[in-house]
Amino acid sequence: MSGYIKNFLKFQPLLSELVARDIKIKYRRSVLGVLWTLLNPLCMMIILSIVFSNIFKFDVENFPLYVLSGQVIFNFFNDSTTSSMSSIISSASLIKKVYVPKYLFVLSRVVSSFINLLASFTALLLVMVATRAELHYTAFLSVIPLMMVVGFSLGVGLILAALTVKFRDIIHLYSVFTTGLMYLTPVIYPMSILPEKIKIIVMINPLTNYLIMFRDLMMGNTLPSLSSFLIGLAEVAAALLLGVYVFYKNQDEFILNL
Amino acid sequence: MENDTIVKAEHVSMKFNLSSEKFDSFKEYVIKSIKRQVSYDEFWALKDVSFEVKKGESLGLIGLNGSGKSTMLKTIAGVLKPTEGKVSVNGNIAPLIELGAGFDMDLTARENVFLNGALLGYRRSQMEEQYGDIVAFSELAEFMDVPVKNFSSGMVSRLAFAIATIGTPDILIVDEVLSVGDFRFQEKCADRIQKMRDHGTTILFVSHSLEQVLSICNRIVWLEKGHLKMFGDAEEICKIYAES
Repeated sequence: MSGYIKNFLKFQPLLSELVARDIKIKYRRSVLGVLWTLLNPLCMMIILSIVFSNIFKFDVENFPLYVLSGQVIFNFFNDSTTSSMSSIISSASLIKKVYVPKYLFVLSRVVSSFINLLASFTALLLVMVATRAELHYTAFLSVIPLMMVVGFSLGVGLILAALTVKFRDIIHLYSVFTTGLMYLTPVIYPMSILPEKIKIIVMINPLTNYLIMFRDLMMGNTLPSLSSFLIGLAEVAAALLLGVYVFYKNQDEFILNL
Repeated sequence: MENDTIVKAEHVSMKFNLSSEKFDSFKEYVIKSIKRQVSYDEFWALKDVSFEVKKGESLGLIGLNGSGKSTMLKTIAGVLKPTEGKVSVNGNIAPLIELGAGFDMDLTARENVFLNGALLGYRRSQMEEQYGDIVAFSELAEFMDVPVKNFSSGMVSRLAFAIATIGTPDILIVDEVLSVGDFRFQEKCADRIQKMRDHGTTILFVSHSLEQVLSICNRIVWLEKGHLKMFGDAEEICKIYAES
């Protein structure tokens, strides 16, 4: 175990360089640069708010905020897992030539998505201020569901990265999957409009739990129930354990399939 | 501590499944698994290779194309895990990444210096100390803020060589890298390798040029179709190799 930690410390500078690279490349040659991480969710929020408050008329207080908070969580999951998925394949030339702990590539993608998450979280705070929504002390605790999503995404990302090396189909399949998943997460709609049967499916989705906790803490001034907290924690642990297991089991064969 | 073993290969064998290339998609995999058509065209790139290198020695690997030289180096570098046997390495390794495989083409040369340094396990502060030296050695001072995708292959390999040879690693892996760049730069590289060797760095060197191998190495591993044909003193083996 101490060997693993030592190895991680040795390559920790590499992690920061990889994250810096991801972010630099993403915004290179764009005039507004990193500002886009803030503008992007805001623009999406405006469009979705206009569409849904005129067409569907959901009964939600402060709908822009509702949509934006949903997007913060869901987009992070989507971004981090999608980019983790291709992280091993796109580093093929490196993996073939130099010894580097391979999980670093996945971890770096999740960390750079996390930096984007911080930007979109700032956007959320700005909208809260702009719409004169009440800021409660419980907002500080929103770190907990955020960390849970990060852990959960890392676990899923590890699994996807390892499997994608063997089966490239997953790349194509996953974008379809996440589109479906978005409708199974209450990003746009309130839980109250769902019929009982569908509600059960939506509740099984771990992201729903994190999102509800996040919204309750940010906007509702309510603490999550102990059971939803524990379920969330268990799901994070399960995703991480499974992710690490699948990844370690397969990582020595990556090079043969790249 | 002078004659410590620094690299030790014990009965190393490396097997590749040629068929593993064949199914890229899940459908094919399922169908073939069900039909039990997952055939295993085994290919042993290395078979039962053992040797050891002591501190301060330099090892050359020679053999024809496809004899397993690069595979051997990769198992030493830790990139490949041997199917059987064991490689133990006692020290830190600087792989001379051929033609800058570690470069991100969209980043500038300056950013790539730090990225590559991190790949080799150096901290940013260490890289900042070495930065001037790298720029001077690669002779690319005017191009450091240009994205590497606009570099010529000679420029890329100059930069890669300059980065890989900073500091004094215990082991330096050189895989046919000296065949790039113009002749003046080749000489400069050879000089630098010599200097590192004099400082006690163990060089693992692959080349088809016996002359180069002789000038750098004092021990030689001769591989033939994955088998260890000979291992021993450089001059003796070179003589036999040249005659065969």
